[in-house]
Formats: sequence, structure tokens, C-alpha cells
Amino acid sequence: MEYVIEMRNIRKEFPGIVANDNITLQLRKGEIHALLGENGAGKSTLMNVLFGLYQPEKGEIHVRGKKVNITDPNVANELGIGMVHQHFMLVEKFTVTENIILGNEPTAKGQVDVKKAAKDVEAISKQYGLSVDPNAKIEDISVGMQQRVEILKTLYRGADILIFDEPTAVLTPQEIKELITIMKKLISEGKSIILITHKLKEIMEVSDRCTVIRRGVGIGTVNVAETNQDELASMMVGREVNFSIQKTPSNPSNETLEISSLVVEDARKVPVVNGMNLSVRSGEIVGIAGVDGNGQSELIEAITGLRKAKSGSIKLNGKDVTNWKPRRVTESGIGHIPQDRHKHGLVLDFSIGENMVLQTYYKRPFSRNGILNFSSIMDKAKSLIKEYDVRTPSEMTPARALSGGNQQKAIIAREIDRSPNLLIAAQPTRGLDVGAIEFIHAKLVEERDKGKAVLLISFELEEIMNVSDRIAVIYEGKIVAIVRPEETTEQELGLLMAGAKRKKAGETT
Amino acid sequence: MKLLKGKWASITVPLLSVALGLLVGGVIMLVSGYNPIVAYAALFNGIFSNTYVIGETIRQMTPLILSGLAVAFAFRTGLFNIGVEGQLLVGWLASVYVGLQFEGLSPIVHIPLAIIAAALAGAIWAFVPGFLKAKYQVHEVITTIMMNYVALHVVNAIIRTYLLAPGERTDQINASASLQSPFLESITDFSRLHYGFVVAIIGAIIMWFLLWKTTTGYELRSVGFNKYASEYAGINVQRNIVLSMVISGAFAGAAGAMEGLGTYGYMTVMADFTGVGFDGIAVALLGANGALGVVLASALFGGLKIGALNMQSVAQVPTQLVEIVIAMIIFFVASSYLIHWISNRVSKRGKI
Repeated sequence: MEYVIEMRNIRKEFPGIVANDNITLQLRKGEIHALLGENGAGKSTLMNVLFGLYQPEKGEIHVRGKKVNITDPNVANELGIGMVHQHFMLVEKFTVTENIILGNEPTAKGQVDVKKAAKDVEAISKQYGLSVDPNAKIEDISVGMQQRVEILKTLYRGADILIFDEPTAVLTPQEIKELITIMKKLISEGKSIILITHKLKEIMEVSDRCTVIRRGVGIGTVNVAETNQDELASMMVGREVNFSIQKTPSNPSNETLEISSLVVEDARKVPVVNGMNLSVRSGEIVGIAGVDGNGQSELIEAITGLRKAKSGSIKLNGKDVTNWKPRRVTESGIGHIPQDRHKHGLVLDFSIGENMVLQTYYKRPFSRNGILNFSSIMDKAKSLIKEYDVRTPSEMTPARALSGGNQQKAIIAREIDRSPNLLIAAQPTRGLDVGAIEFIHAKLVEERDKGKAVLLISFELEEIMNVSDRIAVIYEGKIVAIVRPEETTEQELGLLMAGAKRKKAGETT
Repeated sequence: MKLLKGKWASITVPLLSVALGLLVGGVIMLVSGYNPIVAYAALFNGIFSNTYVIGETIRQMTPLILSGLAVAFAFRTGLFNIGVEGQLLVGWLASVYVGLQFEGLSPIVHIPLAIIAAALAGAIWAFVPGFLKAKYQVHEVITTIMMNYVALHVVNAIIRTYLLAPGERTDQINASASLQSPFLESITDFSRLHYGFVVAIIGAIIMWFLLWKTTTGYELRSVGFNKYASEYAGINVQRNIVLSMVISGAFAGAAGAMEGLGTYGYMTVMADFTGVGFDGIAVALLGANGALGVVLASALFGGLKIGALNMQSVAQVPTQLVEIVIAMIIFFVASSYLIHWISNRVSKRGKI
């Protein structure tokens, strides 16, 4: 069998950590080869080695049977390797064509020949069924379209081996379907694809073979047709994974959070939370289902004191906490796993230890009379790191250096450890792999079982259905329906989220 | 080349920059017809050859340390205090005023009182841009630059109107407020070395302690890194922005006191800025915004400036060349990106 790319026994070390250890990846011509691993398993490192951004300590790379030394991305480009990055590298103000030719501009009489380039771009776009308008500006086109521009960019440069780095993370379900069609089209035109992902469903759907890495070590390569999701998951995580959540029926008691007639305006003075009523009782998980932008963010910000409520009231254990300052809210017993962990959840340049005391640094034993006690801060961090299995070289490591899943675990450790009466979890598993998702869901259920109230906000219906005891559907700033997960379906929720009125069970169309 | 990355970078990048700065300075000397070896030997002698120049170097360092600390402190909180110069001027005036107005105090009371007055004046001067930034999001770079000019002219007007003595200056301050020391002068062959050096070192220790050991420092650094996460954590972002500027201004004001109570003992009507406040930006940059780094960078800049005088008299190389060397050092620190790039090339190919 001829391999277009063969990476043999690759080893890459960083100070204090072996990111890749003895990993072998063989890409056949014309296949979609998935690279599966948890967050921080070393997938990106391996691809950066292939792309010439890192030099491996050990191992060989062969491209089309010839041993090569990829010293920088230019060499990779010359070898026909192209990377479609997860975070797009596009100039917003430029057109599609201008972005594609950037750094590789065709010239005529000393001037950039945009017209010729646009024609070429259009031709390639047609050939692979990408349907991209070469003259549209990047800022005017959708995320899915931007991704296709990234694909076009690699094709324009003559790539026939394409690396897709977590391509579906930013796409809507419809866009994902379109992307899959495009990938299949690329294969039929003779390209080979490496697909980096931790989403098992997509692997089953598009890839031919799958190489799994776990904690930097190559576990093996399997034919997708001969395996299933459970096997892949256990290869990735190293043990059996529960997709369904083990939980007993909820046993709710008194009302912990009581929201009545709440109105919150966004920055443009539009009342995005508009007369909301909601209650969360201790010992239950209430999931808020809704399409992004129906007031979820503003609701959380109002509860946690980050945004002023226009009118209405928020009560915590019977006490009115409306428009309290964030610190007072936190101290009165609210834990908050924020939606954007980089913006709100962590100070990325602080060490993990310093991040673990973000809301408690001014209290004993972490400080006394305004003087920090680093040894007790670091002791606390060490015990949380151990208890919540945060994988980090040490508690002194900057939060920035951790993978997304471990950053999220650190936040969850910090928030749950404060033992809040109400735990708000906003998209707690976004961008995480199955192992981390399972862990986080189990922690939320554990808190519920301890008699805490949990408010879960998620755009993933599967998560809402699996974790919640009650589901509150949010639409245009109001709770339009409250349903039990066992009495509804994803289809019905989808309709409710789009503003349809609820009918009696069985009548939904 | 591993030394250029990670935790060593804050040490190796400045050192390499200094070496490159001296190298480029040498090339410029060669091109201009001077012998760089003779010139640098004279420069070196001008820093270390006798106790007088050592005393002068330390004196030169003193206000530089404090103005460097001022810039570095604000920077740690994500603020760019270009107004150190103005804060230094008002601090200088305040220290001289207290030095003139109080009589019969013991030096143990009078000196601290004058320094505190200077720090307070600098703090008040810095409060204005801090407040405007926190409350109305006015960019501190603009306001601090403007406040420099206001300071220059207000200080001159006050001296002319209320404190004028013959020679376009104030009177000499009372001896009880003076940092000058016949003892230090005598052991350094009658340089102008004064006790301000101790104050500057204490200032560096205060900065280090405040930033790294206190809850206030934790808040300031947190706000500097990520104001959204700080707000989420219940830290008052606005208050910390103002506080950061105020503390920075206090360091700058104290730097002014070093001139007012130490080197000169009076204040003249200023034709132009002293430059010490602006040099503080360079010192903070070279010192990687750390307390120890600022002290070391001040030693380098202070030494270069004093050594330049000897370079001129012995090797006939104009002092401006040292300004060029300093500028090149800053250039190389600021372009540490370039240094990283070169080091990457070296590590990959084995040679350039």
C-alpha cells in the first residue's frame, strides 16, 4: 500500500511534558483519515510537526515515499500539504480572492493581477463544488463560507494533502452537512485528508480510517467500517465511556433561585430579557434550552451582577439579590461556570494556582491583613488539581498553557469547591471531548444530589435532554414552556425554541 | 538558544540587546572616524575608575529607578503612564516646598514628610488621567502626555510667582529636609551622591512586595491581564485602574523628591522637561517591568550617561553617541521578536 504521508515514531517534547511519544500516522492516497484524541492529547502538536511548525526530537516523515525534512511551513506547502486552521487566518476587509492570493500574488506588469486570480479562484471553486463568490468581502460572508475560503486557499496553492483542524467546531448543523459533502468531493478529485477531531459521530460518518492518540501516545489505527463509537471512545479515553448519564430521579425541595418579571437590556438598550419568570429549586437541574441570542447571556449576567436588571427581581434563598455587585452575589452563594472561559473564567496569564482563588484570594487562609499566603494558595490548588484531575505540569503553570478541557476542569473545580447553593453552568462542555464531558456532567449531577440548585444553559439539545430534570425553553427573553425531558423530544424542543406554542403531548407536528 | 525562550527570556533578551546596542554603537563610531575600543575603554573607566564616578553613577541612577518603577507599576496593571515626567516635576516642587516651609523639624520627620508630599503630589497628578480612564474610558496615553505640559507650566508659574529667588530658581531647602550627605560626598571624592539611593531601593522593594505579596497586587495584576475575568471575580476594575495610576504617580513624585532634596536642594524654572520621566519608560522596558530589573537597568543607563562624559573628554567621542547606544538597546529590546527570529534560524540551521 502506498502512503502519501507516513509519520513514523514521532516524538516531540516540550519542557516538562512529552506531547507526542512514538506516534505513527499513515495516510493513504484518497482517504479521509481521522486523528482522534482528547483535548490536549497531542493532535495539534503532531499536525504542527507535519506542517513544519515544530521539529520532532525523534521519528521520520515520508511524503509520497520519500523521506523529507519539513523545517518550516513553506516546505510543507511545497510538498503539497495544506492546513485548514480552526481559527481562520483571513483579513476581514479583503475580498475572498485577495485573501487567497495573499503572500502568493500573481502579477502582471508589476501590478497584482486580481482579475486573473479571481478567475482562477472561481474555477477551483467550481471544480470542487465550493460555490464561493471570489469578490465577496470576508466580513460579509458566513463562518461556513469563510471556512471554504480557507479550503480554497490551500487548493489554490496546489495542496493535495489537506489537514482539517477541528473543522466543525464553529459550524451550524447545516454547514456541517455541507462540509461533509465538500470533503467527499475533494476525495473524489484525488485529494487526501487528515481530519483532526474529537467528535465521534463525524468520524463514523466521513472517515475511512482513524488513528487514536491518548496522552501523547499513539494507541493505534482502525478501519472505521469495522468499529463503532463506543470502541473509539474507549480507545480515546482509555476506559469505557458512558454516553448516557447515570442519575436518579430528582428530589427537589425549597426554591433556591426565584426570578420574577425580570427585564434586562443589552448594550443597545433592547430588552433582551423581557419579563422572565423562572424558579430553580435545590436538588434539581434546570436546563435552559434556546437558540443563541434569546437572552441567555444577559440572564446569567443579571443573576451574577455583571449586568444591571432594568426591572423585576432575582431572589436567592428568599433574599432579594437584584443588582447586587458581583462579589456580594458570589459571597451569597452563587457559583458560575461562565460561557467564555477565556474572557471571564480565567486570567490566562495567572498561574493555575492563582486562578483557583480568583474569588477567594482576599479571605483566610489565602491571605491575612492584605498579605497573600502563597503556600496555602498553592496547597489549595494542588488538592483541587488532584481531585478534579486537571492535567497540568504544576500548579505554577500559567492557565494559558493548558488545554481547553483542563482549563474548564480548573474552573469547575474552583466553582464547585466554593460549595455554592446555586451553580450556574453556561455551556460547560463546549469544545470538550467525551471524557471531559462525561466528567463535567457527572459533577453537575453530583452537586444536585448534594441538594444544590443547578441552572444549565446550553445550545446543545442532547446535553439539555440528558442532564436536566426540568427544561425551560427560552424564546425572545421569556420562558415559553417548561417541560420534563422524559415527556418531550428534541423535535418538540426545536419547535418550542423557534417560538411555536406547545400542544398537548402527541399533537406536535 | 533555549535561553531566549521561556523564563530566561526576561534576562537574556536585555543582555543580548545591550551587547548588540554596544556593537552597533561601535560600528557607528568606526564609520564616524572614532576608535570604538578607545572610546569604550574611556566609557568603562568613566563608570568604574574612581569613587567619584561611582558616586555620580549611583546618584544618576536614583531618580531613574523611581521613574522606572512608576512606569513598570502602571504597566503591570495594563496602563501606559507616559506622564511620569509631569508627576516627577510636581513631586519635585512639592518636596522643595515642604523643604522650604517647615523649619526646626528633625530630619527624621522632615525628610519623610517632604518625600511623602512629593509622592502625594505625583499621585494627585496621576489621579486625573486614572479617573478619566476609569470613568470615561479616555485613553491614558493622551491624558498623561497632556498632563506633562500642564505640570511643566504650572510648576514654573508657581516658582515664579511664589518661590522665586535670584537665578530663576527657588531658595535652597532647609538642611533638615536635605538628603545630601557630607559623609557620602567625602567617601566618593566629593561627588553629589546622597541618601536618595536608599529611598529608591526601598521603593523597589515596596513595588515588588505590593505587586506580588499583597491582595492589592493580586487585584492590580488581575485587572491588568484580564478586566473581564476580574469583574467576574468581583474585583472593582475602575477602582484598581485609578489605584494603579495613583501608586505609579507616587513613585514618579518620589523620583522628583530625589532631585529636589538630594541632587540639587532647590528647583529651577524649567525651560524643558528633565527627561528622567521619559527615560523611566526605557528603564522599565529594559528591566522587563520587574523591580530588580528596573534597578539593574537604571544602573546601566546611569552608568552609560556618566561614563559618556569621560568618553568625551578622553576619546573626544561626543556624548550623543551614548544616546545612540541607549536608543539601540531599547530598539533591540523592543524588537525582541527579531531576536527570537534570528535565534530560531540559528537553532534550525546551526548557523545564520
